[in-house]
Amino acid sequence: MIIKILGAGCEKCSKLEENTQKAVEELGIDASIEKVEDLRGIMAYGVMSVPALVVDDKVKAVGRILTVKEIKKYLK
Amino acid sequence: MHIVSQIFSFLNDVLLKMTWLSKAVALLVENVFGLSIEDRVGASVHFFIYDTLKIFILLSVLIFIVSYIQSYFPPEKTKKILGRLKGIKGSILGALLGTITPFCSCSSIPVFIGFTSAGLPLGVTFSFLISSPLVDLASLMVLMSFFGAKIAVAYVVVGILLAIIGGTIIDKLKMEKYIDDYVWGTENTDMEPIELSQKERISYSREQVMGIIKRVWPYTLIGVGIGALIHNYIPQPVIEKVVGSSNPFAVILATLVGIPMYADIFGTIPIAEALFARGVGIGTVLSFMMAVTALSLPSIIMLSRVVKPKLLTLFVSIVTIGIIIIGYTFNAFSYLFI
Repeated sequence: MIIKILGAGCEKCSKLEENTQKAVEELGIDASIEKVEDLRGIMAYGVMSVPALVVDDKVKAVGRILTVKEIKKYLK
Repeated sequence: MHIVSQIFSFLNDVLLKMTWLSKAVALLVENVFGLSIEDRVGASVHFFIYDTLKIFILLSVLIFIVSYIQSYFPPEKTKKILGRLKGIKGSILGALLGTITPFCSCSSIPVFIGFTSAGLPLGVTFSFLISSPLVDLASLMVLMSFFGAKIAVAYVVVGILLAIIGGTIIDKLKMEKYIDDYVWGTENTDMEPIELSQKERISYSREQVMGIIKRVWPYTLIGVGIGALIHNYIPQPVIEKVVGSSNPFAVILATLVGIPMYADIFGTIPIAEALFARGVGIGTVLSFMMAVTALSLPSIIMLSRVVKPKLLTLFVSIVTIGIIIIGYTFNAFSYLFI
């Protein structure tokens, strides 16, 4: 599973990354988390509000921080 | 019909003006602190506590409600709606959608690139970028609470007009060549629409409230502090001379001071309200608020990365001149509102 956090260095983006790391840990799954900070990479998904959560190349959430529980739902 | 206006006044007083809060705080100041609200210290303390509480209550409730509504209008959806609308129709819709789309200055570049690469005309994008920070549901409610419905509605109307006219001017001047090349090189990608569940919308709204309070509470307190000073400590002649009716350049000064400031409407409202109470023109006060919200150093810096200096200067100038004109107009017609 490839997880990408789209966001250009704002506090919300770091929080989403943190929560995602926790979710992956708690689920014990094999997943890589990548932070995409360059504009091109973010725009490639058609995303305009950051932070955004992308799982296996599908955009799951845009423009908000998800709680660990919400992230786990998308990772199952 | 009379009963309708009575009900409306009642709701307005309780929910937006919070007269009950003012009385409660007055009781607190007089009986617990032992200060009279007639004199300076007591009045300042009353103002500080009452205004701070009022703003934070409004902040929480309004941001929550507004975020909930805005969760139905993410910029990705707006991009699709605006599609290939051209000219003034596009600018009008762009300006209107800008008011209900959630906006943080961190999204001005992605929005700009996203809209432009999707083929939206420059004017439409700029109408959106002008109206988004300038007019939004929260400001409307806050203005209604502090200045009354007439002024609030007038502010929204002129804000949207400014966005439409500004966008149209930029469109007519064919400034496309002043956009950085890499924007054109970016391929347009349409994101699949994500439908949020009720729970997710509420979680989002709550997070917005927490996030914004965390971000603005120092500015808000400073704003209330300055407001208290203005209310009670700065002598009337000083106010008159600097931003009051004896200074014909008051509007220009208020606008220029507001532009580089990075605060949102909640921080400026106590200052604006205090100035207004001390006799500063409504136009001057509104110009200050508009200048603070519509333009800010961070968003101008960010735009400078996607837009060449000439276009950036044009954009800033249009918004500045527009705000100044609005300020003078409101001052001239203030008898209609007060």
